[in-house]
Amino acid sequence: MNKTSAHAPDAADPATMTPAHARGTADPATTTPWENLVTAALLGTDRRTPPGHRPGRDAPVALLDAAAVEAVRRRAGLRPARAARRPDPAPEDPRSALPDAAARRLSMLLADRSSAIGGGRRGTAPDLMELLPQWLATANSRGYAAPPQMLPALLDAARGRTDLRPAALKFAGPRALWLARLNPDWRFALRATPGGGAALPGPEETARIQRLWQEGLFAERVALLAAIRAREPAAARELLAATWPTERAEDRLMFLDSLRTGLGPEDEPFLEQALSDRSRNVRATAAELLSALPGSALAARMADRAVACVAVDHTRSAATITVEAPHECDAGMERDGVVAKAPAGRGERSWWLGQLVESAPLGTWPGRLGGRTPREIVALPVADDWQSELHAAWCRAAVRQRDTEWSRALLGVPTAPEAGGPGAVSLAERAKLLGALDSVERAEWVAGFIGTHGLSEAFQLLGVCAVPWAATLGRAVVDALDIARDAGSYPWSFSGVMGLAERCLDPSEANRLDGLLAVPDEPEDASPGAGGYWAEAFQRLVTTLRLRAAMAAELGAA
Amino acid sequence: MTQQGVRWTADQVLSLAPDAASRKAGSKLGAAGPWSEAGSSDGGAVWGLCKGSGSTPYRTVVDVGDASGPAYTCSCPSRKFPCKHALGLLLLWAGGDGAVSRGQEPDWAEPWLAGRRGRAEEQRAAGPEGSTSGSADPEAARRRAERRAERITVGATELEQRLADLLRGGLAAAEQAGYGLWEETAARMVDAQAPGLAARVRELGAIPSSGPGWPVRLLEECALLHLLDQGWLRRERLPDGLAATVRSRVGLPGTADGPPVRDRWLVLAQYDTGDAKLITRRIWLHGAESGRTALLLSYGAAGRAPELTLPVGLVLEAEVSAYPGAGQRRAALGERFAPPVPTALRPPGVTTAQAAARYGEALRDDPWQDSVPVTLDRVVPTPDGDSWQLADADEDSALPLTPAARTRPGLWRLVALSGGAPVKVFGECGHRGFTPLTAWPEGTGEAVRLC
Repeated sequence: MNKTSAHAPDAADPATMTPAHARGTADPATTTPWENLVTAALLGTDRRTPPGHRPGRDAPVALLDAAAVEAVRRRAGLRPARAARRPDPAPEDPRSALPDAAARRLSMLLADRSSAIGGGRRGTAPDLMELLPQWLATANSRGYAAPPQMLPALLDAARGRTDLRPAALKFAGPRALWLARLNPDWRFALRATPGGGAALPGPEETARIQRLWQEGLFAERVALLAAIRAREPAAARELLAATWPTERAEDRLMFLDSLRTGLGPEDEPFLEQALSDRSRNVRATAAELLSALPGSALAARMADRAVACVAVDHTRSAATITVEAPHECDAGMERDGVVAKAPAGRGERSWWLGQLVESAPLGTWPGRLGGRTPREIVALPVADDWQSELHAAWCRAAVRQRDTEWSRALLGVPTAPEAGGPGAVSLAERAKLLGALDSVERAEWVAGFIGTHGLSEAFQLLGVCAVPWAATLGRAVVDALDIARDAGSYPWSFSGVMGLAERCLDPSEANRLDGLLAVPDEPEDASPGAGGYWAEAFQRLVTTLRLRAAMAAELGAA
Repeated sequence: MTQQGVRWTADQVLSLAPDAASRKAGSKLGAAGPWSEAGSSDGGAVWGLCKGSGSTPYRTVVDVGDASGPAYTCSCPSRKFPCKHALGLLLLWAGGDGAVSRGQEPDWAEPWLAGRRGRAEEQRAAGPEGSTSGSADPEAARRRAERRAERITVGATELEQRLADLLRGGLAAAEQAGYGLWEETAARMVDAQAPGLAARVRELGAIPSSGPGWPVRLLEECALLHLLDQGWLRRERLPDGLAATVRSRVGLPGTADGPPVRDRWLVLAQYDTGDAKLITRRIWLHGAESGRTALLLSYGAAGRAPELTLPVGLVLEAEVSAYPGAGQRRAALGERFAPPVPTALRPPGVTTAQAAARYGEALRDDPWQDSVPVTLDRVVPTPDGDSWQLADADEDSALPLTPAARTRPGLWRLVALSGGAPVKVFGECGHRGFTPLTAWPEGTGEAVRLC
C-alpha cells in the first residue's frame, strides 16, 4: 500500500484493505470519480466542482449525494489485503499441559501482580505475588508447559521482576522466546536466554562450535563456553586457551570466571599461566580459583607462607596460637594474587595475613598445629587479639573450599552465647558457612540458634535453609513467634521472618497453628492492640500455608 | 436447577468487576483468610462472612443459580456493584480448593435468597412485560412522539445546512476550525433529541486530527451523515425495515418486539466501552441451532458495571427477541431456561474473503454499519510492518487489524495462542479492518478472551 500524505485525495483507509473499484479502473491515468469528489470537497464547491456537476447553490448537496453513493460503494467493495509473510511457527513444546485447576491458580497469581505494589497493612489475605516463584518452581519440576494465552502476562511479570526471570522463562518455554522476538517489550527474554533462544551447538558439531566461538557476539560466546564447560570441562578450557592471548582484558575476566563450574586439578596449568596476565583482575581471579584447588602449586605456596605466620605456643599455661603477620608483600606473593595495598583503615600486615590464610588449604592446619582437629584448633585461644582476623580468614577459606568439617567447627554450637552476639564470626559469615553443611544439619543448627537467641538475628540464617523448612526448624520459628507475641511486641517487628515463614514453612504444619489464630487477652504490659494484629498475622500465615498446599496439590506435587 | 459442578473460572469472575480497582481488591479477598462460614448450596447460592476492618464481619451472598445472571448482596457500605467482597467470595468459590463447602443456606442469607426467588416466580407468572411499560395513555404518547419527531426534523434540516456550508467552503478550511465547531453542532443535535446524530457529529470532530488520509474519512462520514439526514427527512417513503433502521440510527428508542427465538446461545464475546459517565457493554451471542448472531447491549451509569454479565465460552438456553430495523443485530434477552454452562461448542467460521463480502452485503440493509460480527476459520496472526493482519492459512489473503486492536493486550494473547499456527477468531469486521474479540486454538481448547 502506498503511504499517502494528509491531503492526497486517493488515500485509502488505514486498514489497507483494497477498494475494489481502484483495481478495476480501465485507464490508470484518469482519476476515479471518488478522487474527484475528495478533491472538490477539500477545496470547497465554491472553488471546484467535480466533473459532471454544476456549480451553484445546490452543488454541495449534489456532492454529498454523490459522495454517499461512492462511500457505500467503496465500503461494500472492500476486499481482503494480500497476506504478508506468515511468521515461522513456534517450536513445539513437548511438555505436558498444565492441569485446569493449576492454570486457574496461575491466572489468579498473575492477576495479583499489579496489586503487589503499595504498602499498607497486609491484613489476613496472602500475598499472592510472593507465591509465584514457588508456583513456578513446582510447575517446572513437574515438567508442565505454560498455557500459550498466559505467556504475555508471564512475560510482563518477568519483565517487572528480575528475580522471577529464570523460573518464569523456563516455564514459559520456547514459545515465549518466539513471542519475545515479535515484541520489543520482551526483548529481555532473548538476552536472558543463551543464544537468544537459538539452540547451542551440540557436542558433535565441532565446526559450528568453532565458528560461533570465533565470530559470535560476546554474550553468545559466554553462553557457549558455559554450556560446553558444564558438559565437558576440558573442551571448554581448550577452546578458551586457543584464543586466550587475543581476547580483551574484560572478556578474559568473564571467560575465566566461567571455569568456576567444574573446576578441577586439570585446570591448574592454564590458571597458573593466567597468574602472569597483564590484567590485575584476571590475575586475582586466577589466584582465587587456584586457591580453591587444595592440590595446586599456588595453594602449596600459600600454605608455606601462611604456616610461617601461625604457630602454637606451648610455653604458656594453656596451648595458645600465636600469630606473626608477614612483614612485607614480596613480588612472589603479588604474583599469587595477594593485593599489596590495604584498604583504608586496615593495617597492611593483618591485610596480608588474611589473604594468605584464606588461600591456604585448610588441610594444612592440623599438621601444623599439633595434629589437632579443626574443632580443637578453633577452640584454642589466640594471642594478642589476632583471633578475629584469623578466624575470619578461616571462614573465607572454608566457604571457598566448601569444607564441611571446618565450617561446622567455625560455626560452633548454635546455643553458645557468643553465637548470637557480635563474635569472631559475623552472621553473614555464619550464613555462608551454613551453606557447606547438608540441609538437615543446616536446619538443625538454625533451629538451635533460634531456640536460644530468638528471631531478631535469624533472618539471614533462615534465608539459606532448604524450603520447605524441616520440621524442627519450622517448630522453632513458630515457637519463637509465639514467644514474641507473649512478650507483647507488635508483629511487624517480625514481618521479615513472618514473610519467610509464609513462603517456607511446610504446609502440613498449618494445623498446628490453629491455636494461635484467636485474639488473646491482652496482658497489661503489652502494646495496645498487638494481640489482634498477631491473630491477623497468624491467620495470614495459616491461609498462605493452606493455599500453598492447594497449589502443590493442583500441580500434582502434594 | 442444574447448578451442580458448574464452577466459573477466575477470569469469568473477574469480568464481573465494575473497574480495575475492584478487580484488584476482589482478587485480594479471593483466599480463605478473611472468610468464615463460607458455603454454597445446590440452588446456586454462595455465601460467606468476610472479616473487614470493623468488629462484625460483612455478610456476603451471591446467587449464581438464577438464570437471569448473578445477583449480589453484601452488608458492606461500598457503592461498587458487585463489591469486592462479592468478587472475593466468587473467586474463593471458583478456586474450588474446599474453602467453600457445600451446605445449607444459613439463616442470615435465607430471606434475601427467598425474596429473589419469589420475585422471579412472580415475573415468570406475569408473562413477558415490556409492552406494558410506558405511559398508560396511548394518545399522549403519540403526541409526545410526534413532537419529538418534529424536533428531530428541525435538527436534521439544520445539520444538512451545516454540512452544505462545510462542503461549500471546503474540508481544508474545516481542519483549521477545529473541534469547537463540531461540539456546538453536536449540542444542537442533543437539543433536537437526536442522540444518534449528535454522536456522529462529535466523531466528525475527531477525524481531522486522526492522521494521514483524514480528508477521505471526513468526506465519507459527512456523506453518510447526509444520507442519514435524508433518510430521516424522507422516512415515509422508505421500506419499513430501512425506515426502522434510520429511526434507530438517529437515536429513537425501539422495543425488542421481534418474535422470541429460543436457542442454545453461545456467548462469543463481552466487552465494555465508554467513559466514567456511561459504560456500554456489548455481548455477542451465537445461536447453536438458529445460526443467528445477536448483540445484547446493557449500560452502567456512574461507575457501576452494567448488570448483565455472561461469561465468554459458556452456553445458555434462552429466548432472544430482536429489535426492529433491517440489518440490526441488537436483541433483548428474554426468558432464560437454565444458567450458563461450559461447552465445547464453537461457532462456524469463514475465510477472510467471505468475511469482507459479508460486510459488503450487510451494508445493503444498513449502509451506516461500521462492522459486522464474523468468525474467521483457520487464520494466522501475522506481523505486517508496524501492523498486524489475520492471514488465511490456506489462501493468500488477509484482513488487517483495526488501529485500535493493534495496541490492546489482547493482540498478544492472540499471537501467543496461535504461535504461528491457524486459530479460529471471532471479531468485528468492517471498513477499518478486523477487531479480534475471542479466539479458539486448533483442536480442542477453551475460548480465550481477547478484549
